[in-house]
Amino acid sequence: MSAPLLSVKDLRVGFATEEGVVQAVDGVNFDLAPGEVVAIVGESGSGKSVTAQTIIGLTRANNARIEGSVKLGGEELTNAGDAAMRRLRGERIAMVFQDPMTSFNPVYRLGDQIVEAIRAHRPDTSKKQGRQRVVELFEAVGIPDAGRRVDDYPHEFSGGMRQRAMIAMALALEPEVLIADEPTTALDVTIQAQILGLIEDLNREHNLATILITHDLGVVAEVADRVLVMYAGKVVEQGTLDEIFYDPQHPYTWGLLGSLTRLDRPRPHRLPQIAGSPPSLLDLPEGCPFRPRCPHEFSKCPQYPGLEARLPDSSDHCDRCWLTPEEKREKRMVEGQIGLEAPRQVGRA
Amino acid sequence: MVRFVARRLVGMITVLFAVSLIVFVVFMVLPKQNPAQSLAGKNATPLLVKSIEEEWGFDESLPQQYLTMMERVFTGELIQYEPRIPVSDRVIEGIPATFSLTIGAAAIWLFFGLLLGYLSAVRAGGWLDRILTGVSIAGISIPVFLLAPVLIYVFANKLEILPNGQYVPFSEDPTEWLKHLILPWITLAVLSIGFYSRVLRSNMLDVMNEDYVRTARAKGLSERQVMTRHVLRNSLIPVITLFGLDFGATIAGTAIITEVIFSIDGIGNYAAEGVGKFELPPIMGVALYGAFFVVLLNTIVDVVYAYLDPRVRLGETASS
Repeated sequence: MSAPLLSVKDLRVGFATEEGVVQAVDGVNFDLAPGEVVAIVGESGSGKSVTAQTIIGLTRANNARIEGSVKLGGEELTNAGDAAMRRLRGERIAMVFQDPMTSFNPVYRLGDQIVEAIRAHRPDTSKKQGRQRVVELFEAVGIPDAGRRVDDYPHEFSGGMRQRAMIAMALALEPEVLIADEPTTALDVTIQAQILGLIEDLNREHNLATILITHDLGVVAEVADRVLVMYAGKVVEQGTLDEIFYDPQHPYTWGLLGSLTRLDRPRPHRLPQIAGSPPSLLDLPEGCPFRPRCPHEFSKCPQYPGLEARLPDSSDHCDRCWLTPEEKREKRMVEGQIGLEAPRQVGRA
Repeated sequence: MVRFVARRLVGMITVLFAVSLIVFVVFMVLPKQNPAQSLAGKNATPLLVKSIEEEWGFDESLPQQYLTMMERVFTGELIQYEPRIPVSDRVIEGIPATFSLTIGAAAIWLFFGLLLGYLSAVRAGGWLDRILTGVSIAGISIPVFLLAPVLIYVFANKLEILPNGQYVPFSEDPTEWLKHLILPWITLAVLSIGFYSRVLRSNMLDVMNEDYVRTARAKGLSERQVMTRHVLRNSLIPVITLFGLDFGATIAGTAIITEVIFSIDGIGNYAAEGVGKFELPPIMGVALYGAFFVVLLNTIVDVVYAYLDPRVRLGETASS
């Protein structure tokens, strides 16, 4: 296999706060090849967005501590200068954000905002050339009547169209890596499908390496090649799409999969959910942070296992759970499908 | 945009009409005293009162009285009787001094307010921010009637580098005009500099957390471009509103204290004189003049606001 385009090694991001250090990202590893889609999945606060923003240097702040390594084509980014990072943003790594309603400046025309991005990197582009380029981009992402709509303001676009414009802006300089941070979360379902389809097409056409951040496994199933499942700042399981969906090893992944609604199965009388809520990063339980919510907790759980390959036939499929593969295969089946049992009732008088 | 401006102008005329009605009701209808008596002044002869009564037609219906009043206002026949001078003459006479004072002060406070606010916001939490915060709070806290005598004492009486008041017309001697206005300008601007820098700072800190600022960074703009084109640009919108209102209010009357302390013969001084001598015509005249500028500046603010924030141009299609 050729050298990866983007390589993230032992990435750790902590923020000093008045109540202590919040370790938002704690040891994330993955490689990304051209044309590949890696999905990072997890609940709010699991560290997925911080991981993505750290890659393009948007989490740099006085109170941030960034360790580990992010390499783009062999070049280290975590300690690159601000000017070098600025040149790289938009040009080599572009980002699409979650909420298209608030991600454009409301006071400038959409076309002008995209031209601004182009001219930040290619100062000799004339306004006219830039505008022409935006029209092409709008056409490429399927915005009808592109020649007229470049002069619209953001509030004159619908949410789906705005997200298309966002993607057009990300593609303006033909980047190598696209980071999509919950690109469909703020959109309704039919528009979601269109936007995902668009990302998939572009990914194939331009051989674009893509990091897709989402909490929606349905989205992951559509487009991802490989999946990282994050919980409380740590990767709890990672593997190929098929491995994660058909042979999940970590109880948290089971829970995520179990809470998907599926049209091809009988309707459960209640939508399954994972009990409890994620722990505070300032007050993590000893050992496995998922322990308090996990019905399969046992004596080894107060120690946190490393992210290791625990299956004999796959070296890439890693997880952090002490249960043996046989136990996992047995325990993850709930009423004939993968899921997480309801938690044991503890301390009920 | 043309339709928007036209709508605002119609609104402006409506408000001015309402203001003139209020002036009429407050000064002519509500007081128990004979309005002719109030118009004539404290030491008026019965003959004068009688003639005013006839001229203003106080025996006619109220709508007719209102029309007569407005006719007199517009034809320059709103007259003060001791000495006998048309109010409009005195207002027009006062305009150069008042405008020199207020426009100059407004330019100074806007420039320094925005500069200090911007620096404070960009360096939020640092030592520069802390110093500027202290300076701003001090500026906001010093009342004009204290600041002005202190400035006069230090710069006019002790150091003797600036005159202690009076107004010299620009056409007469530009250098003296400037020298005479420096202290009044500072007096009038200090409070607003402090206030505006605080407002801009807090607006900018809010805007910095907006998603579109993150987008601006993500597309590779330099920190300065992010700060000026996105953060500052969007933070200015509420400041412009504030400025329009404050500027209108300053022209209309906030400058009175400064004009009186520095003996500047502007409209503020005229108003103070009118109030002191209990003369109705100057008070009415200045009230209408002040209302006109407040409403005018408000209208300008609305139009500028629509220019700065496209979302405000309601009821319009994208193409117009």
